Amino acid sequence: MKNLWQKLVDKYGYPKVFITILLIILLIIAIIQKQSVYGLLKDSLVRIGMNSVLVLAMVPSIVSGTGLNFALSIGIICGLIAGCITIEMNIVGLKGFLTAVLISIPLSVMAGYLYSILLNKVKGDEMTVGTYMGFSVVSLMCIGWLLLPFRNPEMVWAIGGRGLRTTITLANKYDKVLDRLITLPNVDLPIGTFLFFAVCCFFIWLFLRSKTGIAMMAAGSNPRFAQASGINVDKYRTIGTILSMVLGGIGILVYAQSYGFFQLYTGPLMMPFAAISAILIGGATARKASISNVIAGVILFQSLLTISLPVINRMMPEGNLSEVVRIIVSNGVILYALTRVGGNE
Amino acid sequence: MGENKNTYIIELREIEKEYYGNKVLKGVSLAVKPGEIHALVGENGAGKSTLMNIIFGMPVIFSTGGFTGEILFEGRPVEIKSPKDAMELGIGMVHQEFMLLPGFTITENIKLNREILKDNVASRIFGPKLKTLDVAAMRKDAKKALNELGMNVDEWLPVAGLPVGYMQFVEIAREIDKKNVKLLIFDEPTAVLAESEAEKLLDAMKMLAAKGIGILFITHRLNEVLAVADNITVLRDGEKVGSMRKEEASVEKMAQMMVGRKIERVEKSKGRVEKSSEVILSIRNLYVDMPGEEVKGVNLDVYKGEILGIGGLAGQGKIGIANGIMGLYRAKGEVYKNGKKIELNNPRKAMENGLAFVSEDRRGVNLMLDESIELNIAIGAMQVKGMFLKPLLGLNWIKLLDERKVRENALKYIKELDIRCTGPTQKTRQLSGGNQQKVCIAKALVLEPDILFVSEPTRGIDIGAKKLVLDLLVKLNVEKGMTIVMTSSELGELRSICDRIAIVYDGKIEGILSPQDSDTDFGLMMAGEYKSHSKEEAL
Repeated sequence: MKNLWQKLVDKYGYPKVFITILLIILLIIAIIQKQSVYGLLKDSLVRIGMNSVLVLAMVPSIVSGTGLNFALSIGIICGLIAGCITIEMNIVGLKGFLTAVLISIPLSVMAGYLYSILLNKVKGDEMTVGTYMGFSVVSLMCIGWLLLPFRNPEMVWAIGGRGLRTTITLANKYDKVLDRLITLPNVDLPIGTFLFFAVCCFFIWLFLRSKTGIAMMAAGSNPRFAQASGINVDKYRTIGTILSMVLGGIGILVYAQSYGFFQLYTGPLMMPFAAISAILIGGATARKASISNVIAGVILFQSLLTISLPVINRMMPEGNLSEVVRIIVSNGVILYALTRVGGNE
Repeated sequence: MGENKNTYIIELREIEKEYYGNKVLKGVSLAVKPGEIHALVGENGAGKSTLMNIIFGMPVIFSTGGFTGEILFEGRPVEIKSPKDAMELGIGMVHQEFMLLPGFTITENIKLNREILKDNVASRIFGPKLKTLDVAAMRKDAKKALNELGMNVDEWLPVAGLPVGYMQFVEIAREIDKKNVKLLIFDEPTAVLAESEAEKLLDAMKMLAAKGIGILFITHRLNEVLAVADNITVLRDGEKVGSMRKEEASVEKMAQMMVGRKIERVEKSKGRVEKSSEVILSIRNLYVDMPGEEVKGVNLDVYKGEILGIGGLAGQGKIGIANGIMGLYRAKGEVYKNGKKIELNNPRKAMENGLAFVSEDRRGVNLMLDESIELNIAIGAMQVKGMFLKPLLGLNWIKLLDERKVRENALKYIKELDIRCTGPTQKTRQLSGGNQQKVCIAKALVLEPDILFVSEPTRGIDIGAKKLVLDLLVKLNVEKGMTIVMTSSELGELRSICDRIAIVYDGKIEGILSPQDSDTDFGLMMAGEYKSHSKEEAL
């Protein structure tokens, strides 16, 4: 027994094993509480699809050596701006979603490039700097959302007519365009979103196996090694940061189409943390990450959140304990990962 | 040794010390009398520092299992378990790297933790912890100590802006200000000093000795030894190979004892192509800004098909040469390969020009410890030469990793270099030092270099593996005609496989020797005395 435990921990790491056990316990309680397990699993799948691309955005940044992208909110903001632009232009449906993705890319590239200049000057402290950079940009954009010259009455405040609302509904725009892209009879699952996520994963997987991707991996794995192998470390860190921001922008659009709303202002503030927790639970570290970490992580983390909410609320109806559990788990796993940044030497 | 033992301040008897099964001191004995300057000379790694650490009770000694042997202080056996014990006995140490607080004044540094205190109102009520510093008295003491050393510097100045030489004196002043000091240990005190400052320091040492303080002086500057020491002990490989009085000593004699002959030249090339006189690489006026291994104007020619050794003591700059040429540290000067100038400060250009480098920092620079053997071997050639790539679906602008070729290549080198591993996908972190080194060499060989730079190829690997690595270098040289430039701290190793050996001293080439040249010449060159010495002889 002890042997098996040790083997599991060695192979999958503490976070993955613990979260899986917690998940199983929650599911058993859910069954005892006579909750609809089918409903819980379905909700989990929706949330998994919703968050998947945001979690994938962590991969390029970890692989290129800039660590977990705590400033992913910058990419998220780029995606939100692009989304608002398409609404302003009144492009709806799948076309609207894809237009938003296309518009977000140049914005994210620009933001990622500027941010990487900063990152290349603070080597070793990327994650601390990134956290505050993310916070600052979110705060700055709180002013931005008020000042940007959007006119569409569906987006701006009803009274006064200036400044974007905190929540913009996507009903009649591109609400669930990916989720419902492919529908099977009697099955209501976000198949389209999963497909989109799979395509993104495939491209990242391909990229990591290209000459550029491998150079980026070397730059992240051991910068001095990379330099001695003729690799321009700063260049590949820049590429990794840009890629992460682009995926962040696309990720929020995927998130929003499934969720049905854009959340502006402080909405993006804590979003990077959820993505970070997910990839860490999936077995990534601040130095090493793979597509399989993303998939495992987003499944475990999002099902945990989705299932714990009704189960714990039934157990203790007073207060919102499930929210507390979410915060403990997501911050706990980040803390755990950060203590292990130095590796196991 | 017929004298009364009580006349010695310190006497070491049969000191032995092991680090992880590796004997670094093999029964060393020495004794210092009051007023005597006793010099301890030896190469890097001869055991000098370990011996000093034992006398000073440094924690590193006890955390690695202690030592055997006996220490007598003023005739009584003592146990020195910590630097505090040593200080209480009256042993002072002047460190090679200054142990001073830069923001504090000279007085504060000298009196640190031994401040003179005086009562005030608060301390009378609340106890002695609240006593004030008696700055005037402290300054007086500091001034006195500085005067004793012949120093004319204001004692209230902060240490931060002082010239290096002054800092050394402040450090000494701190030691002599301790009232009971009977033995002072100087650990390469002149290493960072200019010549005039060094002279002043030597004068100060003589003066201290004249006051009856015993001095143990560690150095590898042999002329300084002759200038001040009364007795000299030479260490080599943890053994005391000689001790002599000043009158019997000469620079040559010490140099020869220091170097000795360690490895016989066993692998002398058989059927090797006669070395050509064609210069493949010429280095002109190379300066490299590598901390601790600065290169200050090296001129060197490398002949095609030779194994050129670069030797010298640590910190003299031998390591910096290869690092500078390969672009890993900022360099200036000119490097020509086959008459064509190579761009410096650009590792990629160096590799494209047929140079490859196995760095001295195996785990830090040479390997990605968390990646597989096969990827480690392939990555340099992939990035620089575009090897191991295949187009995606016939599209030439997207190049993907060709796993099959990477695997084949790794298997080839694993077999050829006999890398002991579980397979090409094993992480390099899990390999032993010797096998890691082979992976590094394989990585360099994939680039098919004309010139291979190897730095400290045998550092930190066990004796059996050492021989394998050296044999491999010879094999590459003989069979593939590869020109090899090998940098090593181990002279014996250089002499066993190199055709010529350049000795670096103070950032410059002191001279080039053949491996068959005498120990004396090697010793003199390493100590930077060769030129001045041969001049004297010519006169």
